Amino acid sequence: MNLDHSILSLIVFTPLAGALLLALLPDRGRTQQWAALAVTLVTFGLTLHLPYYFAGTDISTTFGSPLGFRFVTDVPWIAQPAIRYHLGVDGLSMWLLVLSGFLAPLGVLASWNAIGSRRKLFYTLFLLQQVAMLGVFVSLDLFLYYAFWELSLVPMAILIATFGRTDNRRRAAIKFFLYAFIPSALLLVGMLWLYTATGTFQLPTLSALAATHSIPGTSHALWLCSLAFLVAFAVKVPVFPLHGWLIDAIAEGPTAAIMVLAGKLGLYSILRFSFAIFPDQMHYAAPVMIALGAIGIVYGACMALIQNDLKRLAGFSTLGHLSFCVLGIFTFTVNGVDGGMYQILNHGISGGALFLLMGFLYERYGTYDMRDLGGLSGKLPWMVTLFVITALSNVGLPMLNSFVGEFLILSGSAQTVWSHHAMLWTTLATSGVIFSAAYLLTMIQRVFYADLGNISAERRGWDLTAREHIALWPFVALFLFMGVASPYFTKTLDLLGAPYAGHTSTLQSGEGQNATMDGHTNHMQPAAESVLKVNDVAFASADTRLLRSKTLSSANSQGAAR
Amino acid sequence: MPEHLLWFIPLLPFTGFLLNGFIGRKLPRSGVAAIALLFTALPAALVAWLWQYMLSTGTLAITANSRPWIAVTGFDVRFAFTVDHLTLIMLGVITGVGFLIHLYSIGYMAHEEGYWRFFAYLNLFMFFMLVLVLAQNFLLLFVGWEGVGLASYLLIGFYWHKPAANAAGRKAFVVNRVGDFGFLLAMFLLIKHFGTLDFTRIFAAIQLHPGLQGGFLTAIALLLVVGAAGKSAQIPLYVWLPDAMEGPTPVSALIHAATMVTAGVYLVCRTHAIFDRSPYALGIVAIIGALTALFAASIGIVQNDIKRVLAYSTISQLGYMFLGCGVAAYSAAVFHLMTHAFFKALLFLAAGSVIHALSGEQDMRKMGGLRKRIPVTFWTMSAGVLAIAGIPPLAGFFSKDEILYRTFDSGHILLWDIGLLTAGLTSFYMFRLWYKTFFGTERFNEHDLGQVHAGENEHDEGQAHAHGVHESPWIMLGPLVILAVLSVVGGWVGVPAALHGHNEIEHFLAPVFTATIPGAVEAATPVESHAGPELGLAFTSVLVALIGWAAAWFFYVKRPGTLGEKTIGTSPYRLVSHKFYIDEIYNAVFVQGTLLFTRAADLVIESGLVNGSGSLAAFVTRASSSATRRMQSGNIRSYAGWLAAGAAVVILVMTYSVLAAHPLVGHAATR
Repeated sequence: MNLDHSILSLIVFTPLAGALLLALLPDRGRTQQWAALAVTLVTFGLTLHLPYYFAGTDISTTFGSPLGFRFVTDVPWIAQPAIRYHLGVDGLSMWLLVLSGFLAPLGVLASWNAIGSRRKLFYTLFLLQQVAMLGVFVSLDLFLYYAFWELSLVPMAILIATFGRTDNRRRAAIKFFLYAFIPSALLLVGMLWLYTATGTFQLPTLSALAATHSIPGTSHALWLCSLAFLVAFAVKVPVFPLHGWLIDAIAEGPTAAIMVLAGKLGLYSILRFSFAIFPDQMHYAAPVMIALGAIGIVYGACMALIQNDLKRLAGFSTLGHLSFCVLGIFTFTVNGVDGGMYQILNHGISGGALFLLMGFLYERYGTYDMRDLGGLSGKLPWMVTLFVITALSNVGLPMLNSFVGEFLILSGSAQTVWSHHAMLWTTLATSGVIFSAAYLLTMIQRVFYADLGNISAERRGWDLTAREHIALWPFVALFLFMGVASPYFTKTLDLLGAPYAGHTSTLQSGEGQNATMDGHTNHMQPAAESVLKVNDVAFASADTRLLRSKTLSSANSQGAAR
Repeated sequence: MPEHLLWFIPLLPFTGFLLNGFIGRKLPRSGVAAIALLFTALPAALVAWLWQYMLSTGTLAITANSRPWIAVTGFDVRFAFTVDHLTLIMLGVITGVGFLIHLYSIGYMAHEEGYWRFFAYLNLFMFFMLVLVLAQNFLLLFVGWEGVGLASYLLIGFYWHKPAANAAGRKAFVVNRVGDFGFLLAMFLLIKHFGTLDFTRIFAAIQLHPGLQGGFLTAIALLLVVGAAGKSAQIPLYVWLPDAMEGPTPVSALIHAATMVTAGVYLVCRTHAIFDRSPYALGIVAIIGALTALFAASIGIVQNDIKRVLAYSTISQLGYMFLGCGVAAYSAAVFHLMTHAFFKALLFLAAGSVIHALSGEQDMRKMGGLRKRIPVTFWTMSAGVLAIAGIPPLAGFFSKDEILYRTFDSGHILLWDIGLLTAGLTSFYMFRLWYKTFFGTERFNEHDLGQVHAGENEHDEGQAHAHGVHESPWIMLGPLVILAVLSVVGGWVGVPAALHGHNEIEHFLAPVFTATIPGAVEAATPVESHAGPELGLAFTSVLVALIGWAAAWFFYVKRPGTLGEKTIGTSPYRLVSHKFYIDEIYNAVFVQGTLLFTRAADLVIESGLVNGSGSLAAFVTRASSSATRRMQSGNIRSYAGWLAAGAAVVILVMTYSVLAAHPLVGHAATR
């Protein structure tokens, strides 16, 4: 029996079994923490199976579909309507699974002391939330997907309502729930329409139909349906200006919950469903989404600049990062889509670390208000070191993770032919690098340097404990690894990104080869070029590139004419 | 295999950074110093070997390639280093001057808290700076570019207790980010038009298309200038550099004088193939350079803080280098970059020695008469002052004169005038500094030294061990002496033909600056003919320098105080002494403007649009629910009424639809 065809079910249902286990265990001592840690670690271990065996497994491709899935499980669940228990992953969802697996134990470590009472409720809900999330990433049946999607709402809303930090928590939870639930209804309608039109819920089949433009229905109806999908996902991301729920949820939510909260579900769903089923419609939506992405980047960074509350600052910073992803994937260029996907992972890491550190600070001083903090650098040397490193990762310092994603996204945005004002939006989005540096360095300065604030002066702080070190250093390691070894990740992401951008991925064909694609030479450099001399290949390829840039610009002008 | 050794040049200082960063806290000071010094000396030795190797074998360039850093379909960026003659000069300056400054720092920082932190950051800086000059593509160069900005941020804010130091560090980083914004956009355009960021490929593609002139290349060049102006503190992005003097003095010498701030000049030289195709962009570079040179020099005249004088002088000298680049005299710019690294590092370190002697005093109004008290510092600093003022045969004369001559030769007479005027001002403010510091009466109270400042902020150039005026230890004076020698002889590699020299540096750099662009050959090859005018111009600039010296002597030695009495309080003086109010203007326009805009957005968009729409939806829901709630009155009769009304509506609709379906009526309806 090969594990490859049951591994996804195992990954999804391990936390569920864990949740049941936790419900049965007593809420005494540290039992709940240890049990939750064990469960999440096992889940993480299971997710690591995927990248390890990814290249070696069979690819299941529906004929005509540009997407290939691995580790597939496909059994009938309900005969009429035709709903199947259909699981599978590709490069993107695999890494999202690993990321979710990675964040969960760290979330448990973050909550170790922070959650003092009703631990059973907390960890059970936390695990249920993880089940829903993992389920979303592996479902290839729309109905199954929708079930997990809705399931993800409930534990999160309860977590925020119960374990929020101020009296505003219930309001924040309701806001979160309504913002997520109402668009979900739209999504459901869209899915049902799609089912009546095609008779299937299977994503690979739908994407194969879409690739040949054979989804029945008027263009008007298809457009409305795609919009229902897009709006539901855009709220979930959230795309500016639909972020009303995000800031409150982050400001209120417990650290562990918000580490897994934002971005991944919505962005993943856009990439997986909107792009696969409605490629043409999404191309039409691209100019708007590119503009919203670019505006969101600057807007998030600017708003973060004027916050006094660390959590709200982190909320707007999250909005800025997610807007990067939105901008990237809607450019429909290889750089943009690959970079956008990579940035989803990066945001999970960098944002997660930032939330974690803020949570640790809160455990010490009981406040997120920067006006009460200050001068902590002398008291907490390790804390400030890690805070600075995390801030630098969020700023997008080269050699750390976020830079690769942001760079690819912005370069894709400059190349895109889907917006008539690509350079305008690229310029706006790039100006975000200035503002993000400004708000993060200001935050560091206000919290750690300058004079002691009234709370930081009177309370005894302590530097990071062993548990906290264990929770934080994996992040730092990943900042560096993802910052210098990005091809390790992008080579699988590219399998999805290149087709969406209208290319064939060439990264799996081996490094260092000059593969030809779309009439222009790929720029994989010959490995040994020890003397700085201009060789003919470089000439030819640069030449074709120039030609290509001309055709691109003519395509652009055609777009303008249209 | 020399190409594999290239990796070690930056990685060795990085190792030093890791060691000191992780275990430095627990090591004794000598251990920290030994690690830092070792991992700076080894790359210096490697670079020396590389010089020898490349000169003896006549190799023009060595490239080391490695795995891709970023790879997606159709675009990749590799870890790749390359060394050509331009890089070789930069490597020599960085590792050589860097090593000397490390040595000096051991003495200078000896009594500071956070000794290990200082050396860890310093090694980190070396790592990124070496990556910057070794990079074989734009993106890797950008890694170094951002990295040195980070190191600069950390080191400016080294005295983290001081709010001014924190603010200065943040300002430096953010202003540099404005430059990076331009650099990034330039790279996006390069990717869009060339599909790669590899230097060789891009320059080859440009060379292959002789018709490629201006157009998007101008856009790229101008955006690169934005980046270069940020890093090299040119108008309009120079504002961060004077504030950066809040950092320890060795940092000012290494980062804010000798190496990092020259990265912008290096960038323009490295990408000269692009600039050569855009005369417009080159013109902008020249104008920025000339204006910055004059502007900063004029501010330098009225500064009283010894380090700030040097900071404005650095900005001014970088302006000269930009001017050189702008008239396509790249090798002259690199030449000046090199000599400037020698004499400006020397000046900063000597100033540090003065500050050390006076236990932290930086205000020149409280100095004077130090000539006899700290003789070694005095003599070495004198070499630096003479060199920067352009007195032959010291280093600064040859390099500055080369730039001025090339400016004149290219027909930019106005820019040449500005450059000449700046030379006079430079000479004036440097000798002003010299006289105010070392001559005249002692304006400090020996017994108060250290006390005031130790009380004020004990970490301010921390010399808490106040014990009168004293010469610095030899570990600090040694680097001073070496740099002084270099400041004297460093210019002799570029003696022009007109003065019966061979201008070795220009020949040395010729392969770099002529390799790609046929059209630029004539511009970059040494011009042999106009010996007469060149001599005349050199004579003029020496004359101007001497006039500046004489003026300084007159106002600060012969009649001290006369100039001050006459000018202080006049409106031009106020304008200049407030640095033309540029900081205030920037603050009002950009910082406050952004904040104002954001607060407006907070009100209109965040509270209005984003949350307001939610509140509106909530309100509508509540209003409609309170309306419909009235139907659930519990009154049987009202339910019966609703039932009847509902039935009536249903019947009406059904009747209508039946009628509409009826052919006759339906026909009529469609009419």
